[in-house]
Amino acid sequence: MRLCSRRAFSGGSEIVGEIWAFSENVELLHELLSGAEELSKKLGASSAAVLVGDGVREVAEELGRYGADKVYVVDDPAFSAFSPEAYAEAIAQLAKQFEPSAILVGATKRGKELAPRLAARLDAGCATDCVRLEIDEGGRLVVTRWALGGNIAAEEVFLKKPWVATIPLRVFEKRVFEEKKCEVVESKVSVEKPKAVVVESKKKEAGAPLELARVIVSAGAGVKNREDLKMLEELAQLLDGQVGCSRPLSADYGWFPEWIGLSGKKVKPDAYIACGISGQIQHIAGMRDSKVVIAINSDPNAPIFKVCDYGVVGDLYQVVPALIELLKKRKK
Amino acid sequence: MRIVVCAKVALDVSQIKVDASTQTPVLSGAPLKVSDFDKNAIEEAIRIREALGGEVFSVTVGRPESKAIREILAMGVDAAYVVSDQSLKEMDALVTSKVLAAAIKEMGSFDLVLCGESSIDGFTSQVGPRLAELLGIPQLTYARKVSVEGNEVVVERALEEEVEVVKAPLPALVTVTREVNVPRIPTIMDIMKASKKPITQWSLSDLGISPEELKPAVAVEKLQAPKIERKGVILEGLKPEEAAEAIVEALLKEGILRG
Ligand SMILES: Cc1cc2nc3c(=O)[nH]c(=O)nc-3n(C[C@H](O)[C@H](O)[C@H](O)COP(=O)(O)OP(=O)(O)OC[C@H]3O[C@@H](n4cnc5c(N)ncnc54)[C@H](O)[C@@H]3O)c2cc1C
Ligand SMILES: Nc1ncnc2c1ncn2[C@@H]1O[C@H](COP(=O)(O)O)[C@@H](O)[C@H]1O
Repeated sequence: MRLCSRRAFSGGSEIVGEIWAFSENVELLHELLSGAEELSKKLGASSAAVLVGDGVREVAEELGRYGADKVYVVDDPAFSAFSPEAYAEAIAQLAKQFEPSAILVGATKRGKELAPRLAARLDAGCATDCVRLEIDEGGRLVVTRWALGGNIAAEEVFLKKPWVATIPLRVFEKRVFEEKKCEVVESKVSVEKPKAVVVESKKKEAGAPLELARVIVSAGAGVKNREDLKMLEELAQLLDGQVGCSRPLSADYGWFPEWIGLSGKKVKPDAYIACGISGQIQHIAGMRDSKVVIAINSDPNAPIFKVCDYGVVGDLYQVVPALIELLKKRKK
Repeated sequence: MRIVVCAKVALDVSQIKVDASTQTPVLSGAPLKVSDFDKNAIEEAIRIREALGGEVFSVTVGRPESKAIREILAMGVDAAYVVSDQSLKEMDALVTSKVLAAAIKEMGSFDLVLCGESSIDGFTSQVGPRLAELLGIPQLTYARKVSVEGNEVVVERALEEEVEVVKAPLPALVTVTREVNVPRIPTIMDIMKASKKPITQWSLSDLGISPEELKPAVAVEKLQAPKIERKGVILEGLKPEEAAEAIVEALLKEGILRG
């Protein structure tokens, strides 16, 4: 996505605060810096990355390559573990000192619990999961996000600074600025010891990133047993795709590490094949941008049939095996 | 244990109609209900009370919708607090959390504040963390398991790449996901009992805040339903083999499969 300004805006003589980017997810930080660079140009400001952690100083210089004019570094063993309490306090201290116009935060779960706490500390507004950012005639940030269950696009305008916004993956495109150098500002901040502490952390089994799949065969609660997923995996394989799922299969049954939808991943494959998914708006919010949507569902009144290109009313336990047979025959 | 649950009476988003000519949602008269995850928060609060004793209070900012508040009480909440005010029209998460913080302070001491992961209509996931900051307490978000052990709350939470167990001393704020429990459905008895439970109504002046302190920082400018442009070819009454043929044909036509 590109940022677009409704009209060229120049900041006039007044100095416009910087556009900051923070994310503990490096990939997302790089994307946000690209967005910060573009947004800062529109405002006549500069862009900056904020790095908080233990041993983060050494990666500061390389952020120029992704668009940062400046990098604020808080490098201290006190920040070795992510803590919304401590990180919000640290970034708020920097913000009070340097007065940025905006703080863009990566919309991971950690980012989404940090940003509002930070905003509250700064008495600032915050917009969650923004998919589009623009500067209006008045030089204010206007964002678009999905509201009301995920089926309505809401345009929201910031009435005061700083603007805090969380932004998911793939909203901005990462760019590389070969020659760009950035200024590194090392800051000392001292914060209270956080009260909430992590006592145990287990890595989830990592699946291939669904966001990159060309074809997604998606399983819903119409799939009765975990073993039945094999059938969908076989179908996905035949189509060079991957298997995804609706929320209950991941969150309730634990069959998948992640799900697709408003509260899960947003995907846009060339083909999305929904098997036994009813098509509640919260699910649609995650796959709306798919190029072609095919649905297999035994209930002719399932809402998925209102938002698909091709719908088959039928039992997935009969249709999917028949489809596998046919695809296998074609391969031969 | 004194537990406060923040329960929003939200727009029932599954029932919102879109005006076909303007592609804008019709919000006036849209039905309201207790926000889904807040029912999980209520259920969790009641389970903790059942295990450890104590009291559970709910607090709601916004529309004084008595049916929903009665439902909250029928689920087992001991007393409900509702803050509504003429001037509370344009509420962003900043305003909502300030009002909630003021109300919770007015309600007296507390050990635990429970919120939903997000509300069904606003879906900002902001109010919990903001409230924790305003109350000066730790936050444990996205909890799918909650337990109170001595003077600590312990939470299991699933992030993108890991599952964490986090603990904090009380008082603390926890936001829960849908997976934490299955909310109970009140019985007729529960509903009858609920009619005798107290509901306290507050205005902003009861909480000692003036509308000037509650200026939103973000305003909604426009709501628009995206145009859904799907072909909508629905095939009914086909044999499985015929359905498979039709799907393959569609995949070929759309260039997903090559002929
Ligand atoms: C705030 C909020 C956020 C949410 N976020 C998400 C999210 O991110 N992602 C998400 O997916 N959900 C989300 N949900 C849940 C969502 O509302 C639905 O409950 C969920 O999507 C339902 O999943 P499903 O379609 O798999 O299951 P169901 O709704 O139970 O549908 C199962 C379908 O399978 C069909 N079926 C049954 N047997 C067969 C068969 N043999 N052959 C063919 N079809 C069959 C049935 O007809 C039915 O339509 C959220 C809910 C809330 C309130
Ligand atoms: N108006 C409200 N009244 C009471 N609690 C609320 C209100 N708005 C939000 N909350 C709480 O904050 C959570 C997150 O809401 P939101 O930030 O809107 O996604 C909800 O699940 C509720 O627990």
